[in-house]
Amino acid sequence: MTDHAEAAPPDGRSLASYIYNPKFRGLFFQVLTLAITLFVGWWIFDNTTENLARSNTASGYQFLNGRAGFDIGQSLIPYTSDSTYGRAIFVGFLNTLLVASVGIVTATVIGFIIGLGRLSRNWLIAKLCTVYVEVFRNIPVLLVIFFFYKGVLGALPQVRDSLELPFSMFLNNRGLAFPKPVWGDGAILVPIALLLAVIAALAVAQWAKARQAATGRQFRTARTAFALLIGLPILGFLIAGMPLTFDYPVAGRFNLTGGSVVAPEFVALYLALSFYTASFIAETIRAGIKGVPKGQTEAASALGLQPSNTTRLVVVPQALRIIIPPLTSQYLNLTKNSSLGIAIGFPELVATGGTTMNQTGQAIEVVSIWLAVYLSISIATSLFMNWFNAKMALVER
Amino acid sequence: MKKTLLSATIGAAVLGLGSAASAATLDDVKAKGFVQCVVNTGLAGFSAPDASGNWTGFDVDYCRALAAAIFNDPSKVKFTPTTAQTRFTALQSGEGDVMFRNTTWTINRDTALGLNFRTVNYYDGQGFMVPKSLDVSSALELSGAAVCVQSGTTTELNLADYFKANNLEYNPVVFEKLPEVNAAYQEGRCDVYTTDQSGLYSIRLSLSNPDEHIVLPEIISKEPLGPAVRQGDDQWFDIVSWTHFALVQAEEFGITQANVDEMKNSENPEIRRLLGVEADSKIGTDLGLDNDWAYNIIKHVGNYGEVFERNIGMSTPLKIERGLNALWTKGGLQYAMPIR
Amino acid sequence: MTSITTGFVRTDLLPPQPAPRENASILGWVRANLLATPKDALLTVLAVALLLWTVPGMLNWLFFDAVWTGADRTACLTGAQGGVQPNGWTGACWAFVGERFEQFMFGRYPIDERWRPMLVAALFSLLLIPILIPKVPYKGWNALALFVVFPILAFFILHGGFFVFQEVETPLWGGLMVTLILSFVGIAVSLPVGILLALGRRSQMPVIRTLCVVFIEVIRGVPLITVLFMANVMLPLFLPTGWTIDNFLRALIGVALFASAYMAEVVRGGLQAIPKGQYEGADSLGLSYWQKTRLIIMPQALKLVIPGIVNTFIGLFKDTSLVSIIGMFDLLGIVQLNFTDINWITPVTPSTGLIFAGFVFWLFCFGMSRYSAFMERHLDTGHK
Repeated sequence: MTDHAEAAPPDGRSLASYIYNPKFRGLFFQVLTLAITLFVGWWIFDNTTENLARSNTASGYQFLNGRAGFDIGQSLIPYTSDSTYGRAIFVGFLNTLLVASVGIVTATVIGFIIGLGRLSRNWLIAKLCTVYVEVFRNIPVLLVIFFFYKGVLGALPQVRDSLELPFSMFLNNRGLAFPKPVWGDGAILVPIALLLAVIAALAVAQWAKARQAATGRQFRTARTAFALLIGLPILGFLIAGMPLTFDYPVAGRFNLTGGSVVAPEFVALYLALSFYTASFIAETIRAGIKGVPKGQTEAASALGLQPSNTTRLVVVPQALRIIIPPLTSQYLNLTKNSSLGIAIGFPELVATGGTTMNQTGQAIEVVSIWLAVYLSISIATSLFMNWFNAKMALVER
Repeated sequence: MKKTLLSATIGAAVLGLGSAASAATLDDVKAKGFVQCVVNTGLAGFSAPDASGNWTGFDVDYCRALAAAIFNDPSKVKFTPTTAQTRFTALQSGEGDVMFRNTTWTINRDTALGLNFRTVNYYDGQGFMVPKSLDVSSALELSGAAVCVQSGTTTELNLADYFKANNLEYNPVVFEKLPEVNAAYQEGRCDVYTTDQSGLYSIRLSLSNPDEHIVLPEIISKEPLGPAVRQGDDQWFDIVSWTHFALVQAEEFGITQANVDEMKNSENPEIRRLLGVEADSKIGTDLGLDNDWAYNIIKHVGNYGEVFERNIGMSTPLKIERGLNALWTKGGLQYAMPIR
Repeated sequence: MTSITTGFVRTDLLPPQPAPRENASILGWVRANLLATPKDALLTVLAVALLLWTVPGMLNWLFFDAVWTGADRTACLTGAQGGVQPNGWTGACWAFVGERFEQFMFGRYPIDERWRPMLVAALFSLLLIPILIPKVPYKGWNALALFVVFPILAFFILHGGFFVFQEVETPLWGGLMVTLILSFVGIAVSLPVGILLALGRRSQMPVIRTLCVVFIEVIRGVPLITVLFMANVMLPLFLPTGWTIDNFLRALIGVALFASAYMAEVVRGGLQAIPKGQYEGADSLGLSYWQKTRLIIMPQALKLVIPGIVNTFIGLFKDTSLVSIIGMFDLLGIVQLNFTDINWITPVTPSTGLIFAGFVFWLFCFGMSRYSAFMERHLDTGHK
């Protein structure tokens, strides 16, 4: 931008001087753009209100309190057809979060394995990983989802030939049915114990770090924390008198009734998103690791670090700096792609919102909810990742 | 923002703007020279384009009948295929002039959505289809079943109501599009398939083993399917409604595509009135059409029975019986208001 | 001083010896690349086991047991299902793909008129190939022809409604044709719009910058499917009564908006990579903002981001498959539609169709990514 003001002509205030004054021109264009934007915005608003008035469609968010009237196959919270539209959308939102969070974890794990595999000295492993990446990266995610859905449905037995697994679990093409834990009185002790364990573990870690800084002696923090996290809740559970019963799935006339079910739609969407996104994450990881200068590895060996420690303490922390920004966008992509669950009938946000939109005709309101939710997720993830990135960034002394 | 304007401009430049469609739809239609008809993207027997792009089906024939009534030319019609979501906006925004898209007439749609319904060209009801191997004979035995259903339809709501009212449990498996519901049912993802009964017959046919599935006798809802127009244009509403009545009345009088010319010489004053051969008849002109509007409909499209048989009747793969859609004289519900 | 008596000095070089056997032979290669350490050996064994477990079955299903010819579904059904195959058979039903191939390409475009999309495809290749080869001159004119003249011409040829061209409405368009049109128009629109947005985002005018940032971030923050739903359901509500927008155009608008936001970020990356000296140099020459942008900045920035542009295009190409969710029949949509075709419904039809669609998408995307890698190498002129 030519921002520096040019020397004003002697007369100073002629019309031409305004036209050629960059500041004035900048202002003029901004006002013009703002005016056009406002006009278009007003025009759209005006048309929309007129269209809505003509079609007698009520606007506003009151419809969210109305009775939904439709059922949802999979819900994390209690939901019936008597619940409100608002709750239906919320059920979808929770399902989106669920599939996105487990998908992100799995995709990261697979991505790491594949990414490291491509860098492997083992020719066969490297080639296999390359094939994996090139196949998944170049197919639309929607197709991957369909493949997995077909695959999951096709591979699993019909409900009458359910696979019986240990612990009263059953696997068939209606999903994985497992006993539903029903907590009795006093069960509140368990989460309290867990909370205490987390606090204790953090305290131990703090203390161990201080001691190592002071004396150089290491403490087995990980094992202690693990023992605390497992042990305390079990202790609480025992003290409360084991207040846990199970609701076992039983074969009914059509289906297994009772218990909890993980639907195949969820599994298919989860696996498809994980495997698809993993191919992108693998490339990110590979680029990150290759981005660490070779001298770092050599210096680490010169210091006598073992290869595993070299990777853990030298290569990965540096690679992470390169990896985190693109990794963030892959996480966001996965979250956004979970909206494709609609294609295979997984009741996530877009699916339950779409049904609501159809039943109520409140297109604008529902779309605005979608936009708000996805934007919030994006912004929250970006903020978190920026914070994490700043924490990991090179601190120059 | 910038681009919305851009898109609007492109839209205007490339496709031409429909002129204001609010007041006199008939004048618009006559001016542009064709009827713009909102139909389904593809439902065998009702509206679907064949491999070479010709639209056929029961609803499509209604569009053609309307074109015949207005232009004496059943080909002067264009189709706007819509999904369940876009159908109402398509009509509301003036994208189409009339909707023949197996749409259930409900009070909500008649009032809150700004549409008008008056006639029912197909009486349908929601039913269930199950594999024979399940050995189910009544919908009341379906407690605990997994039910495949298409989302965003009255079907989904009726299903919830029915199971709730009868205190049955079920597990809904909901899909966005019909082909996906079919595939899921076929794969055994669910025990029961529910949709309008006419749809069930056509879907059963598209399964790889139709004989292994039965449609249960229960009908759990009333699904009167009829044409809809925008509110606020009574003349156009009349034309659409009376096109249907003319088709039904023609069947009642036994006027067919083949004998309509002979029938013009009929002595029966009612037939003569319908076909517009009474000298002083003003029926057509009062509608805003020619006096031989009904003659044109029958000449080009046939009567209601012919339309039914040609597209969805016993001679077609769908093999749907007339049932409720028989004439009132034959125990059905199809009843034309008097044309006089 | 002691004189050194030279004992023996070789006057010619030793003949090269063959490499040690363990390095030169195939065995040596295997040892170095597959069995270097016990861990590697274990991994190799596992990988080979995986391959043995999956590949033969896959090959059998895809090729050896597949049905290649047949008139209808009986060819791909087993005896028990009423077909000609032995019971227990399963394999790909390529006969289905062969029979429906034209539909997969053109959708329900009238059969007699299908020379028109072919003509457009020929024109497209004619214009595209020279632009892809770095050595061919007249890139500017070529791009103008491809991105401005060609789309308009193609629209009139495909849509018709005049002269010898009978009108073919967009609801009848389908198949690969629609996939290609959507992605091509998406890229042709998103490139200029994306450049403007990127410039706007780096502008020093707060109003313009804010508008561009909001647009880019909102679109990038939401899934494409919601943008498509928006274009499909809400666009008609935004327009005055009686203005109508064709369904196809709506999807096109949705896709183009979406691509523009992503393109803007790619271009911004390029803009940021241009050293400040280039801006200052241009300023010192007295160039105006647009002259500077057009003559100095953009040529360098765009060259830097060609791989990014191709990658955006690959993403866009894959994403067009989502229009099948809003009821359009792109390649994936039309393939799925045929799963319910009474003539071809069999248990293996869906898998076959999906694999075919996947392969077509893969072919295009893989080709493009190879081209992108090639351009990256070609353009790597030390601009780091």
